[in-house]
Order: sequence, then C-alpha cells, then structure tokens
Amino acid sequence: MTVAGHAPETARTRRAVPQLGLLVGGLALLAAVAVLSIGIGARSVPPAEVVRALVDFQGTDDHVIVRDVRAPRALLAVAVGAALAVAGALIQTLARNPLAEPGILGVTAGAGFAITVGSALGLAAGQAGELGFAVIGSVLAALLVAAVGRRSPLRLVLTGVALTAVLGGVGLGLRLMLPDVFDMYRFWSVGSLAAREQAPLELPLAAIGVSLLGALLLSRALNALTLGESVAHTLGAGVVRVRAATLALITVLSGAATAIAGPILFVGLIVPHLARRPAGGSVPWLILYTMVLGPVLLLVADIGSRVLLPTGEVPVAVVTAFLGGPMLIWAVRRYGAGAL
Amino acid sequence: MTARLTARDITLRYGDRVVSTRLSLDVPDGAFTAVVGPNACGKSTLLRALVRLLRPDAGQVRFDDREVGGYPAKALAKQLGFLPQDPLAPDDIKVRQLVGRGRFPHQSLLAMWSRDDEEAVTEAMAAAGVEDLGDRPVQELSGGQRQRVWMAMVLAQRTPYLLLDEPTSFLDITHQYQLLGLLARLRDEGRTVIAVLHDINQACRFADHLVAMKDGRVVAEGDPADIVDAALIKDVFDLPSVIVPDPVTGTPMVVPTLQGE
Amino acid sequence: MTVTEPRERKELPRLRVERRTVVLTVVLLALLLGLALLGLCYGASWSTPGEVLAVLTGAEHSVVILDWRLPRVLAALVFGAALGVAGALFQNLTRNPMGSPDVIGLDAGAYTGALVALTVLSGTSAQLAVGSVAGGLLVAAAIYLLSFDRGFSGLRLVVIGIAVNAMVTAVNSWIVLRAELEVAIAAVGWSAGSLNGVGWADLWIPFTVIAVLLTLMATRAHAMHQASLGDAIAVATGVGLDRLRLLMVLVGVGCTATVTAVAGPIAFIALAAPQIGRRLAGAAGVPLLPAALTGAVLLQGADLLAQMLLAPVALPVGVVSTAIGGCYLIWLLTKEVGRA
Repeated sequence: MTVAGHAPETARTRRAVPQLGLLVGGLALLAAVAVLSIGIGARSVPPAEVVRALVDFQGTDDHVIVRDVRAPRALLAVAVGAALAVAGALIQTLARNPLAEPGILGVTAGAGFAITVGSALGLAAGQAGELGFAVIGSVLAALLVAAVGRRSPLRLVLTGVALTAVLGGVGLGLRLMLPDVFDMYRFWSVGSLAAREQAPLELPLAAIGVSLLGALLLSRALNALTLGESVAHTLGAGVVRVRAATLALITVLSGAATAIAGPILFVGLIVPHLARRPAGGSVPWLILYTMVLGPVLLLVADIGSRVLLPTGEVPVAVVTAFLGGPMLIWAVRRYGAGAL
Repeated sequence: MTARLTARDITLRYGDRVVSTRLSLDVPDGAFTAVVGPNACGKSTLLRALVRLLRPDAGQVRFDDREVGGYPAKALAKQLGFLPQDPLAPDDIKVRQLVGRGRFPHQSLLAMWSRDDEEAVTEAMAAAGVEDLGDRPVQELSGGQRQRVWMAMVLAQRTPYLLLDEPTSFLDITHQYQLLGLLARLRDEGRTVIAVLHDINQACRFADHLVAMKDGRVVAEGDPADIVDAALIKDVFDLPSVIVPDPVTGTPMVVPTLQGE
Repeated sequence: MTVTEPRERKELPRLRVERRTVVLTVVLLALLLGLALLGLCYGASWSTPGEVLAVLTGAEHSVVILDWRLPRVLAALVFGAALGVAGALFQNLTRNPMGSPDVIGLDAGAYTGALVALTVLSGTSAQLAVGSVAGGLLVAAAIYLLSFDRGFSGLRLVVIGIAVNAMVTAVNSWIVLRAELEVAIAAVGWSAGSLNGVGWADLWIPFTVIAVLLTLMATRAHAMHQASLGDAIAVATGVGLDRLRLLMVLVGVGCTATVTAVAGPIAFIALAAPQIGRRLAGAAGVPLLPAALTGAVLLQGADLLAQMLLAPVALPVGVVSTAIGGCYLIWLLTKEVGRA
C-alpha cells in the first residue's frame, strides 16, 4: 500500500507545472482576444492602437471609441462570460451532474421571469432594480429546484427543465397580455451585449467580481465535497455551510449575468466540460480555468455577433451556441459525458 | 468430457485494448466450472464473449455446431442464461416483476404470460431465497438482496447453461455458501454452470472444473485437486502460499504465507 | 395444488399494480373523451353536448363541428399521443428523461427543415412536411452517429443532443433573422406550436404515418421493456438490440417530425407525458401506453385552455402545454421527495 500512497503526490507535483502553464497560456489568449474584440467593429482599430489607447490615452477619435464604447463592452463580455462559466462549474460540482447548468436548472429562467414581473409592476427600473429582481428570481428558482431535486441528480435536472418551461410559458403569456413589457423584454430576451455598455452597470459588475473571488475561496472546500458527503464530513468540511455558500454564489453570478446580458445559455454547460480534463479533478483549477475560458468564449462569440451579419448584430447567445456546440460534442466524445 | 459451448482461438478487445488473443476454452457439459484469476485478467470479458455480448475479432464461439452469433436471439437465450456484474433495474420495478423479466425468451406477442411463466418465477424466487420480497421495489433492497433477485431472474429463464459473473460479490458469507450450494445442486440436476468467482477456496470446494486465467490467457484448467498447487497460485496471483486439504471437504485450500511487512 | 395462505398474500401486490395501470387507463380514456367532447362544444358559439352527439351520429349536419372542430380535436389527441410515445421511446433508449426528442433537438431540426421550406422554397404544405421529416431525421442521424463511439451510451447521447439542439436552435434564429419580414413573422408564429386552423386536408397523411409507426412499435414494446434491464441482460435474454434501437429511433423521429410538420415544434409534451404517465401508472420503467394517453390528454387540455384563456386571441398551444405539464411534473416530483 505504501507505493500506492505515494502515487498521487508525485502525480500532483508533476502536473502542477503544466497546469500553471495552461493557465498562463489561457490568460495570454484572453488578453489577445480582448484586444481583438476591442479593435473590431464598424470602425476598426489596429491592435497596437488599442493597447496604446488603454495605457496612454491621447483623446483621438479611435481612443475615445476604445475607451467609451469598445472597452466597456469587452469588460462586460469578460464579466458575463466568467460569471456564467463559474456558475456552471459550481453547479456541476455541487450537483455532481454533468448536465447541470444555470440555464438547464431553471436559475436563468427564474431571473428572466422575475425581471418580467418586475417590469410589469413597474419596479425593475434602473440597475439596482433589475439586479435585485434578477437575483431574487434566481434565488427562488434555485431554492425550489434544489428542494425538489434533493438527493437525485436526475430529478434535479428534470425539475430545472420543467421550471424553465413553466416560467417561459407564463412569462410569454404575461408579455402577450402586456405589450409594454413585451417591448422591453423582446430587447432583453435575446441574450446580447449590444448597447448594454452605455447603461450604468457598476452594481452587477461589482457583484460578479466579489462572487468570483468567493468562488475561489470556496473551491478548496468544494474539493472535499466532491468525494461525497460522508468523506467531506470526515475531512472536516462543513457540508451544509459550503453548500449554502455555493448556492448563494451560483444565484448571484447567474442573476447578475442575466441582468446584464439577458439569458445566454450553454456557456455554463460547455466551459466546465472543456476545463474539467486539464483541471484533473481539482475544483480550484476547474474554477480558475473556467474563469479564463468563459470570457474567451464570450468575447469570441461577441466578435462573431458583430461581423457575421453585414446589416446588424446577431445576438451573442446565438453565436455562443454555435461556437460552443461543437466544442461540447468534441469534449464529450473525447472524454466521455460522465467524467466528473 | 463433451462440450457444447466452446471458444476457439478467440481474440477479444474493448476499443483499442486487446484483452485476449487466441484464447480457447471448452465448457464441460453438466459440470460446475469456476473461472478464477487476478483483477482485470479477462475473466468477465471471456464470459461476455461466450454469451455473444462481445464479438471476437478473430476465432469463434460455438454452441453445438453453430457460432453463437448465428442463432436467433431468443433461441440462444433459451439455452444460455447470463448474470452480468452490473445489471440495471428500471425505476420502481417490483421484485416479482423483475424476476418475471427472465421469462422473456419464452414469450411472444401472442403468448404473453403463461402458467409456465408463473411457475418458473415462483420456483426461481424460492430457489434464490427471495420469495418474501415479491412486492418490494428493487431499488429499496440491499446489495445482497438485489443480487439474489437478479439470480432469481436468471433462474426463471430456465436455461440448461448458467453463466454468472461474480454472483457472490455482494453476499454475506452465509448467502455466499447458500448460493454456491444452489449452483452445485443445479449442476446435480444436469445443468451446466460456469461462474467467475473471487474466492479461490470456494471455487476449489464447489467446482468440478477450475479455469485459472492471467493476462487474458488460460494458465491452467482441470479438476481443482489436480491443478491447484503453490506454484500455480504464485504464478497466477503472485501470492506465496501453502496448499492444505480443506478440513471439511478435502479439496485444496490456499493459505497465503504473506504476513504483512 | 393447495394454495397456502402466505402465497396468496404474495400474489396480491402484483395484481394491485396491474389493476392500477388498468384503472389509470380507464380514467385517462374517460378524461380524454370528456376533453374531446368539450373541445367539440367550445368555439365562437357554444354547442351543447346533445347537438355535438347528434352531429357525430349523423342525425344533424354542422360544418363548424365536423370540418372545423373535429379535425382540431382529433389532431390534438393523435399528436399528443404521438409525442408522448416519441418521448417514451427516447427516454427508454437513453435511459434518461432528458433524452426526450425536444431536449436533444429533434423538434428544432424538424423546425429547421420547415424553415428552409418556408424561406428557400415556396412553403407549400407538402414541402413543409418533407422538410421537417428530413430535418428531424438528419438531426437524429447526426446525434446518433456522433454519440456512437465504441458502443452506445445514453448520457453521451443526451449531452451531445443538448449541444446539437443549441446549435440547431441558433441556426433557426439565424434563418429567422435573415428572412424577409412576413416570412419571419409566419415562422415565429409557428415556432411555439399551434393547432390553429388545421383541417382534414392537413391530417390524413400524418394520421396514417403515425398509425403505422405506433402499430409497428406496439409489436416491439415488450422487447423495449426487456432492454431496460441493461444491454447485457437484454442480449442474454434474447433481445435483438441493434434492430430494436433502430426501430425506436425511426418511430420516435417519425412521430416527432410528423407532428412538427403540421403543428410546429410543440415542446415539452415528449418530455413530460412519459414521466407523468409512469408516475401515475406506478409502472416500472417508462411504459408506452400511459405516455400516449397522458400526451393526448395534455395536448387536448392545453389546446382548450389556449383557446379560452385570452379569447378571442388564441395562444400557441405549446405555451399552455408547457406551463400545465411543467407545473404538474414539478408537483409530482415534489411528492416523490416526500416519499423517498
């Protein structure tokens, strides 16, 4: 048994360096994609000029576009991408279910429905109002789904899908009856980053930042939880507290992302699937990777959404699905569906 | 010794991993054959090939004069019963319903459930000792109870051949011996039993024919009393041991000499 | 042979389960007839049940009841049953409730086919039918081939199906975005699934196709239940798995695509009906008959409500079926938590 006892140790030290390398590589990729995303648009700005505008602002037209329009939009993409991907990673880890995702588990639908109700009541105006309703909606949806799906991964997913369906149906009925709400919702429901950069969004952005930090802090405790409840108990992790904290982070992350960009599905499903293998079963690495890969995916999708259609923008959610679908299929075929 | 079920020079693999090459085995009729060997030596794979769950890359598995793959599905299922290691119970199925599923090869669209089926199920449940569990949902049972229910399902199939992949793994020691005793009784009634067993001493006590496997090959086969010695155990399991006569039956008993560090 | 006391006690439970299935079948049939009668009575002007019966027996004649309401009611019943069966087949195939045609993208694929018929071709009903069957089959073939890698895995099929669904849905939004306005409006109106305006001319081909498919499947239902014991037991007890799977896929796709061709993608019945049906029947696995009956009741009930709720505006039936089916499924799942 002594030989077997040593094996994981050596494996870990051997793997830590490539894992760090991958993270640095991912960050470099993220930076490159971000610069590209800021440069591309109706008026394209060369990458060198983008960098100059960010480090040494001169006040030229290009610089103003970069600072006031493009950079904020890229920042939104980064925040939303990271939030959705990390929420997905957390939820998959917590539910021990490769299908779990804020979109599939009804959390996104809860946020969307709450915003619909909020605007029907005339309360969800302003960033605080929207964020508030989105987070309340996600919390309620998450609590309901978690309570019904307790102890059965399959029931969890079923409940989530059923809840999404119900809220979608009722929301549509509500919007058909109230044309004003429909108008506002139609703009929001497609899942897009277009024209969001002008809105004041400090609050949701701050919420995402704090939650991402929280996710990193929690990730070691979650590592213990992946070994099963009884093992986690013996390892000294407060199972109930860790669960509750994780659930809170998931709802704030997906609520805030939904409040900013509308429902963008599948980022939370796809990114953790891609990151899981290199992370090698370690939750902290999984969170770090998803935090980098999520923004990359959303930035690339956002670039696509601006260049694909000559006459206007394709909603970023459409492009995300198109990019992410093949990636997910590849990951599942390569590594299997149940590799958690 | 006659053998209706035979494997000739078969090569077996899962995906890219070759498990066995040019493996041959005759399953002696009317005998209790036990297959033993270390983990991942290809025991289960061999069994799966015998019931045509795995098609050999080369070579043939034959039953009588035909390749097993050439039989109509239900015709072969009336001859060979198989209990895998990881059967799936549908949600909410009751024990008696599950055992009844063993009657599938005997049923057709027009004759769905007959008196024969009813009798076979009752008898199989009694034989496997699960007659009191009939109305319980299978998913509420313990691992050992569940294993006996699956055993009953295979018995209800009423096949002359029984192929069992580690049928004792979840059972407590009493139920292990009861099950092995049941298999020996079935053998006495004329059925052919071939089982992958974990415990070499149980295999020696109950089986007429022992097949020892290692790295996908058959290392030795024959009457346990003839083939089991310290050299074989060292070769197959890499375990130093002495062989003593079983105080109850006189069959070979392996006593490891390893005593920790 | 003397029947001993304990043996009799053991026989009873098995009878009870069967009786429950029989009772459920009778109750669902009665509910179905009641809802159908209500559907024939309800409309812009109310006909009494007596009038309806007189028309049905040929004693009176009414164009409204015979040519307007009857085809719609029959369509709801037959389509609901077909969707329920399609869902049950795929849930059996993948051993996962999430393996339903609507979740893994068959509806979306059929809708793509219909969209192509609408936008590229002239959009006659024959083109729509061929387009949606071809679309559904293509998507099914793609998913099946992609998920077949060294044997068959239900979970892998579900995850790949979800990815394909996301991509196909994205393609659909893309087509709608690029289409001319009037085509886009027609396509979107159709996208939630609707039975508005179906007449006899639209129905006889789909009814024939569905009848043939369901009869074929009924002869193999026994083998399908046997296959739910896992591949090993299924093969060892004499199920021809490959042929059975092929038949299940063909019937499932055929039913889904046929319904989509006429009524658009009516989501969620395929997911919910088998799950509701099996819980009501207390049956093992996911049986076909309760799924079919539940599907028929669900769709006819939803269609009635869709006509009544916002009368005179008719809601798309898909919206209502989703809301009702979803609520009911969540309620059933909740009861399950209490029991387990």
